[in-house]
Amino acid sequence: MSGSDLLLDYLSRYFPILLFIGIALAFGVVTLLLSYLVQPKFPESEKLSPYECGSEPFSDARMPFPVRYYIFAMLFVIFDIEIIFLYPWAVVFDKIGLIGLVEMLVFIGLFVVAYVYAWRKGALEWD
Amino acid sequence: MFELGVKVAFSLAQIGVVFGIVLLTVMFLTLAERKVIAWMQDRMGPMEVGPYGILQPIADGLKLFFKEDIVPAGANRFLFSLAPILALVPALIGFAVIPFGPNLTVELFGIQFKPFVISDVNIGILYILAFTSIGAYGIILGGWASNSKYSLLGGLRAAAQVISYELNVGLAIVGVLLLAGSLSLVKITEAQAGGFWHWYIFAFPFPQIFAFVVYVISAVAETNRVPFDLPEAESELVAGFFTEYSGMRFAFFFIAEYANMILVSCIAAALFLGGWNAPYPGTLIGHLGFPHFAWIEQVVWFAAKVYCFLFLFFWLRATLPRLRYDQLMRFGWKVMLPIALGNILVTSIAAYLFPKS
Repeated sequence: MSGSDLLLDYLSRYFPILLFIGIALAFGVVTLLLSYLVQPKFPESEKLSPYECGSEPFSDARMPFPVRYYIFAMLFVIFDIEIIFLYPWAVVFDKIGLIGLVEMLVFIGLFVVAYVYAWRKGALEWD
Repeated sequence: MFELGVKVAFSLAQIGVVFGIVLLTVMFLTLAERKVIAWMQDRMGPMEVGPYGILQPIADGLKLFFKEDIVPAGANRFLFSLAPILALVPALIGFAVIPFGPNLTVELFGIQFKPFVISDVNIGILYILAFTSIGAYGIILGGWASNSKYSLLGGLRAAAQVISYELNVGLAIVGVLLLAGSLSLVKITEAQAGGFWHWYIFAFPFPQIFAFVVYVISAVAETNRVPFDLPEAESELVAGFFTEYSGMRFAFFFIAEYANMILVSCIAAALFLGGWNAPYPGTLIGHLGFPHFAWIEQVVWFAAKVYCFLFLFFWLRATLPRLRYDQLMRFGWKVMLPIALGNILVTSIAAYLFPKS
């Protein structure tokens, strides 16, 4: 196939997806708008105050939260990137033979080293 | 120009059908869940609206549509409105690459179409993983924007939980990719044709049964379902990240959760259980001499697998108690992850020792 044919093929494959995203977005926005037009609106301060089991809300809700969440987010980013590297390797596994297998075993070995390090340092503990 | 018009019209029709089926399934899943759990607990479930309560979801939907949409004081209005859409859209658009039936080609006005998949892109599974991750933003933004402590805690929990189990989903899928050699869901499903012993859950050279178990557990955790429903644990966080939501915005979070359940069921069926392939070679209708109608049987097989999975979600909800958060994280990082990693190692060595051709 020539370059322009390839581009056309590519576009014709992704165009329905784009269309689907557009329709899903439109469904969300239009439904919210329609609902907004027909619903009653009687705001009052008691109704609008955040729910706190019936008592008066105290202090700001956007409070500091444990740094634990942040550590897990960082671990996720690192490990997820390593997993993404596994995907192209898995797809062409048949064609790259022993070298591909050994190289990826080394890569997974590095992954395991990082994982064991995080485990030993206690980064995977929640309390 | 005419060709383009026909193509767009066909795509629109496909999208319309898929959209309709998904939303209809979501509607009746809410009823099915209440009914199934009710029967498991020796109750009747909803009985008032329509015969045996089958019109209950319509009543619920109408009620939510006409309800007042409350934005709590101090909330970030923009993010508060954006979050439900951000949760809903990724859950719906994943269906664009799911093959619901055999990879047939029909010709209409001289243009070829594939009726059972909206678009067979060669990065199918990657596309789904990428977009479902965006759904987590909807949850955490909704939790933060609500200006409520319960919502914030629920959103944080959801974010940490979803990303932890996302990792295991990603690892579990690699085993299947090794055997299939493609990211396209159509090609992966086609590679499993010829009987249940070719399904990747049982396949030679290394059955992906461990990957399957890891995938199913992680999928339950990713959709925030019992026993991993910590982000919306009603006994401690009221309703978690959607405590402050009401009306249609609340409904969107609800639809997103159920659409995600259907989506992960579709992926599990396509990757591990042979998708639209029957558990025996060929199809019964094909063997009887009507090969042109074989697709009916194949679509039914796909639907049957998906609905079995959805039943599993309800079954789990009726059976298991909720985990504690530290147990949840320990289970994800210290049990699931090593199993998934070991599965990749063993599968890759087995696939090298017994190449396909």
